[in-house]
Amino acid sequence: MPTTNLKELSEMPELLSGGHAACPGCGGPIAIRQALLAAQQDDSYVVTSSATGCMEVVTSIYPNSAWRVPFVHSAFENSASTISGAEAAYQSLKRQGKIKKNIKFIAFGGDGGTYDIGLQALSGALERGHDFTYICYDNEAYMNTGIQRSGATPMGAFTNTAQAGKVGYGKTQTKKDLTAICAAHGIPYVAQVSLHRSRDYLKKIQKAVNTEGPCFINVLSPCPRGWRCKPEDTIRLCELAVNTRVWPVYEIENGRLSISYKPSEKKQKPVRDWLETQGRFKHLFSPKNEHLIEKIQEDIDTRWNDLLRREACDQQN
Amino acid sequence: MPERVAKTGNDAAAYALKQINPDVVAAYPITPQTELMHKFAEYVADGDVDTEFVQVESEHSAMSAVVGASLAGARCCTATSSAGLALMWEILYVASGSRCPIVMPLVNRALSSPINIHCDHSDSMGARDSGWLQLYAENSQEAYDNVLQAVRIAEHPDVMLPTMATLDGFILSHTIEALEVNEDDVAKEFIGEYKRDYSLIDVENPSTFGPLALQNYYFEYKKQQIDAMDAARDVVLEVGREYGELTGRDYGFLDSYKCEDADVIMVGLGSTMGTAKEAADRVRSENGIAAGVLKVRCFRPFPASEIADALSGASAIGVMDRSVSFGLGGPLYHEVRSAMYGSQTPTADFIYGLGGRDIPLGDLKDIFVQLDEIRKEGKAEPDVRYVGLRE
Ligand SMILES: Cc1ncc(C[n+]2csc(CCOP(=O)(O)OP(=O)(O)O)c2C)c(N)n1
Ligand code: SF4
Ligand SMILES: [Mg+2]
Repeated sequence: MPTTNLKELSEMPELLSGGHAACPGCGGPIAIRQALLAAQQDDSYVVTSSATGCMEVVTSIYPNSAWRVPFVHSAFENSASTISGAEAAYQSLKRQGKIKKNIKFIAFGGDGGTYDIGLQALSGALERGHDFTYICYDNEAYMNTGIQRSGATPMGAFTNTAQAGKVGYGKTQTKKDLTAICAAHGIPYVAQVSLHRSRDYLKKIQKAVNTEGPCFINVLSPCPRGWRCKPEDTIRLCELAVNTRVWPVYEIENGRLSISYKPSEKKQKPVRDWLETQGRFKHLFSPKNEHLIEKIQEDIDTRWNDLLRREACDQQN
Repeated sequence: MPERVAKTGNDAAAYALKQINPDVVAAYPITPQTELMHKFAEYVADGDVDTEFVQVESEHSAMSAVVGASLAGARCCTATSSAGLALMWEILYVASGSRCPIVMPLVNRALSSPINIHCDHSDSMGARDSGWLQLYAENSQEAYDNVLQAVRIAEHPDVMLPTMATLDGFILSHTIEALEVNEDDVAKEFIGEYKRDYSLIDVENPSTFGPLALQNYYFEYKKQQIDAMDAARDVVLEVGREYGELTGRDYGFLDSYKCEDADVIMVGLGSTMGTAKEAADRVRSENGIAAGVLKVRCFRPFPASEIADALSGASAIGVMDRSVSFGLGGPLYHEVRSAMYGSQTPTADFIYGLGGRDIPLGDLKDIFVQLDEIRKEGKAEPDVRYVGLRE
């Protein structure tokens, strides 16, 4: 049985080595490292791909590589189609008796490479039913190219392409719900996870890689540089994102949704608390913009209530 | 015994794919390539191949998937035309840079805009710098033979580069011709087994593919690719010779038709060169013009010195271009001119057939007559001429 015990995991060999070039406090390497440890256990091996983006760049600067599992990077928009080809090769060679190993395929992509430019390739790979897991590390902007807005950037966040100024207040549109889009493909397993709930994250990874067919996991991934937050706050911010319900954690297994954690009344926080922690939202606290905070809160409440309704409905059936 | 069959160019290429029996094929439909994949899908449905047939949602994903599969140690093919190749463009470079010996029949078609489904060579010419080998076919027989040889050339350890085997859209892809196909086991033995040194699914020896290589390493990477393309020259010839011994059909860089004693030579690519041979015969008997035809079969790597040799006896040269580099002229013309550097032989560029505009025998005979005038005048003015264009 694969383990999610942190002590046991800490004794296993690292599959993403240290020494890569990510900024201090970056959520991305934590997400990748834990996913690899959870997935490559017992007699299973992992083969990975990544879209162009921060995690690809910081981990594979020739002649070095932080990857101790096979890894391929091809381009920005094709992590899913690249891994689908590798998985097809595996199926073909396995059928012909040329390979015997049990391999789990994991594709990584940032929000830009997943919500935006790679959405078509992801959708195609999910629809075709390849046996793989796609993990999106969502840091809510194109960070590698210097913090530009993406479909995952929340309303009001400052980016270099949606700035705050005399009239601008950051991104004017709301965040795309990619997890729902993936779920709409009718794939067997979809989850949204948070790095502060490590056990839950590891379990969900294991569920995904051990489920036959395409699975999708979305993990919020703080970026101290783009979010203008403190590197030491990464995990605290993940917790706050969940308690403000900015980032609900839930899973949809064979079409049934269940929320993995609901903050108690005592734990639940207003979105204001979340916005305050990050420089990218600073301008929202000026008198001209403050009304937006209410709007953002409303949007969060609506999305949360939708989730609750969906969960109740799925539990009845 | 090899069998004589009647097939369209698409079916001939599909038949070659069936005999290759690739581990993975990923493809997306586009006219005029569609029937090729229909035929291949039939082989899949009948269990004639072991192929994992990945029916992707775009050509970008088709090329991405075969790159992933090729790195994983699978023998891979795809096929496309025109806009499909254009959409693959980014990943064509990834395929060659990652040294993936993917084989791709390309059914040549014009690029938009205006949208047009018929043959010209703008699609493959746009990819001539992408690090892929390019073989052009005059007829379905050559299309079939080229696809089979492409596997051997691409996967040769000194090469390990992707290869496209082109055939003219509709003119070849949709025309039934008689051709000779090899027996399955002969084809199988000829192409052999694919093995790559490093594989993405060799989980016990994990490797990183497609790293970031900056100012300090990228250049060396590219030099290795340049060297591989150079090494492909010998391999193209070697494989062509071996294929000749097997089938009686020899292949090299060029196919030279009556060039030895020719005063005027027409140089070109693809199906038009078949008609050009007939035109050469006609003007020899009807007009007394010593005409020859030099068909370029292998366009990448470009056989510059062989072309210069083959043209060295001519007094006038016409280069046939079925595509344009806007602001420069025909790409083949400019490459032939530079292959002929130092030569004083007058050379003209004949741009023809864009968007499938027909090039009948009469037009080709007329080009030989023009070349004969150029020969007499000792100069080609104008040097760029448009064939069959309504003014
Ligand atoms: C086709 C293409 N367009 C644009 C780029 C430039 N580009 C590289 S990474 C990147 C942003 C990546 O953003 P994301 O996927 O969110 O990953 P992050 O860097 O934030 O981790 C962009 C725009 C590219 N490499 N390829
Ligand atoms: S810019 Fe952000 S996402 Fe990129 S490495 Fe630094 S912290 Fe991580
Ligand atoms: Mg991002």
